[in-house]
Amino acid sequence: MRAIAYCPPSSIMKKMNTRKLKDAFAKKLMFVFCLFILSLAFLMVFGLYQRSKPILAISSLKNLLFVKTWHPTLGKFGLASFIAGTFWVTLLALIIAVPLSILTAIFISEYAPKRIRDFIKPIIDLLAGISPVIYGVWGIIAIVPLVRDYLMPFLSQKLPFFPFASDNYTGFSALTAGIVLAVMVFPIIISVIEEVLRTVPFEIREASLALGATKWQTVKYTVLRKARPGIIAAIILGLSRAFGETMAVLMVAGCDLHGFPKSIFDTAYPLPALIANTYGEMMSIPLYDSAVLLAALLLLVVTALFNMLGWGILLHIERRER
Amino acid sequence: MNKRKIEENIFKVLMVFSTFIVVGSLMFIFVTIFLKGLPALNLNMLIKTPQGGYYLGKEGGILNAILGSIVLGIGATILAFMISLPVVFYLNLYLKKNAKFAFLVRFFLDVLWGIPSIVYGAFGFMVMLFLGLQASLLAGIITVSLLILPIMSRSIDEVLKMVPFELKETSFALGSTRLETALNVIFRQALPGILTATLIAFGRGISDAASVLFTAGFTDYLPYSLFKPVATLPLAIFFQLGTPFPEVQERGYASALVLTVIILSISVLSRILSKRFTKHIIK
Repeated sequence: MRAIAYCPPSSIMKKMNTRKLKDAFAKKLMFVFCLFILSLAFLMVFGLYQRSKPILAISSLKNLLFVKTWHPTLGKFGLASFIAGTFWVTLLALIIAVPLSILTAIFISEYAPKRIRDFIKPIIDLLAGISPVIYGVWGIIAIVPLVRDYLMPFLSQKLPFFPFASDNYTGFSALTAGIVLAVMVFPIIISVIEEVLRTVPFEIREASLALGATKWQTVKYTVLRKARPGIIAAIILGLSRAFGETMAVLMVAGCDLHGFPKSIFDTAYPLPALIANTYGEMMSIPLYDSAVLLAALLLLVVTALFNMLGWGILLHIERRER
Repeated sequence: MNKRKIEENIFKVLMVFSTFIVVGSLMFIFVTIFLKGLPALNLNMLIKTPQGGYYLGKEGGILNAILGSIVLGIGATILAFMISLPVVFYLNLYLKKNAKFAFLVRFFLDVLWGIPSIVYGAFGFMVMLFLGLQASLLAGIITVSLLILPIMSRSIDEVLKMVPFELKETSFALGSTRLETALNVIFRQALPGILTATLIAFGRGISDAASVLFTAGFTDYLPYSLFKPVATLPLAIFFQLGTPFPEVQERGYASALVLTVIILSISVLSRILSKRFTKHIIK
């Protein structure tokens, strides 16, 4: 700073100007990068739509979504059974994951002492960081035999009706994928619910406890009621995560095509697995790539909408609290 | 009164039980991977590339995939970092605190974060065809960088939000421009957090398979050119488990162990680094 003071005024001005110029230039550049982020989602939708146009030109969207014949070599590209498979697997995953996640989140934020909380939270972070392929390997080693040797023989014989009856004895099934997916969506659901529970004002709990309610009653009647939108948002975000998960499902769901799933022990063939499975043959059959990219577009639109809904709800809560 | 106590206790037991399942599933995953992978692991796997017929049970290792994943992960992380940092600086320094635009960008980042990696893979595949590229290291880097861009930006963003407001004001009061404040003051202050965020993104980058399936391809050779296909560890695991040969599947388990150890060490490293660099921080 001293050195500048001895410079003639004009050079100070010059230096100041270059500094300001740099700043203004950086601002422009950074703004362009932000625009890139904003345009990325639209670029993806637009690009995938362009590539799936050929298939949409010869067949209506309704036809592609609700017809289940999939015969690429015959030019039949009905995605219905894949869509049903996706919903089936996602549903199973959520049935397993949601109650466990809600209870765990309540335990972490309301009941557990700080020491236990500090132990559990890194574990949940770690769970979020494990590779999907590792989940798949775990599924093959641990969950497939569990389903094949214990759950399937037991349930399928004791309860031989929907949705348990099945003749798939391999263990690679919708339920296996559901269990693996459930573990994969634990982190997102738990961390979002935990965050939401933390925004519930402390005074509400105190008021309820002061009225003589037990801790659980306080949680049930006041905290959970206040946090309900946030919990729904967490479930939506978990749902979209399960919806698009590819590799783990591809490895354990069996991915065999036979129309709509009729049992939790039947194989399932979800949409993302279809996309991943076609990487070799995609370019060799006419319109095949177009149909597969349409599937990707579908996945993109659905998950983007779910995410907008989920984050929208959370933002709304955050604003209200402020 | 008694009924309420019973209900309280039932739910307490249920909560402890579900927490146990969540924590236990992570332990379960680690234990299975270690028990299955450790016996199959040997040094040859780590220092050799696949020889002829590796996937039929012949000699070789997965060095190509390990190195490929690391090179691809580093490339993608650098590219994503070069986009993330300006974006996050812009949101936190150039805009007012509750600016609509910042709000919008953050919302889009959150939504992008939730888009499945296979969609990024399909999009990357299209970009690749559009640019006239083959499945290659470069195409893989571009795709994975897009995939990890949202998580990296949002994590760095959370770190920058924590930087005390007074620090910015002090820097402005001394006459520095926003750019100088960003690079010389905020960056240094937030460095531990930025490092952690970058490492998390790197871990995400090397652990994803669906996005590189179409774009990076697969090869038995070590990565040597940006324009040639590159092997990645998750895909190597996937292919090895897909073969009908037990000895190759065993190697798949061992490769899964390698990937798990890499990801675990990144997680530990990020914790250590963030501790070490906190000494430059003004509290």
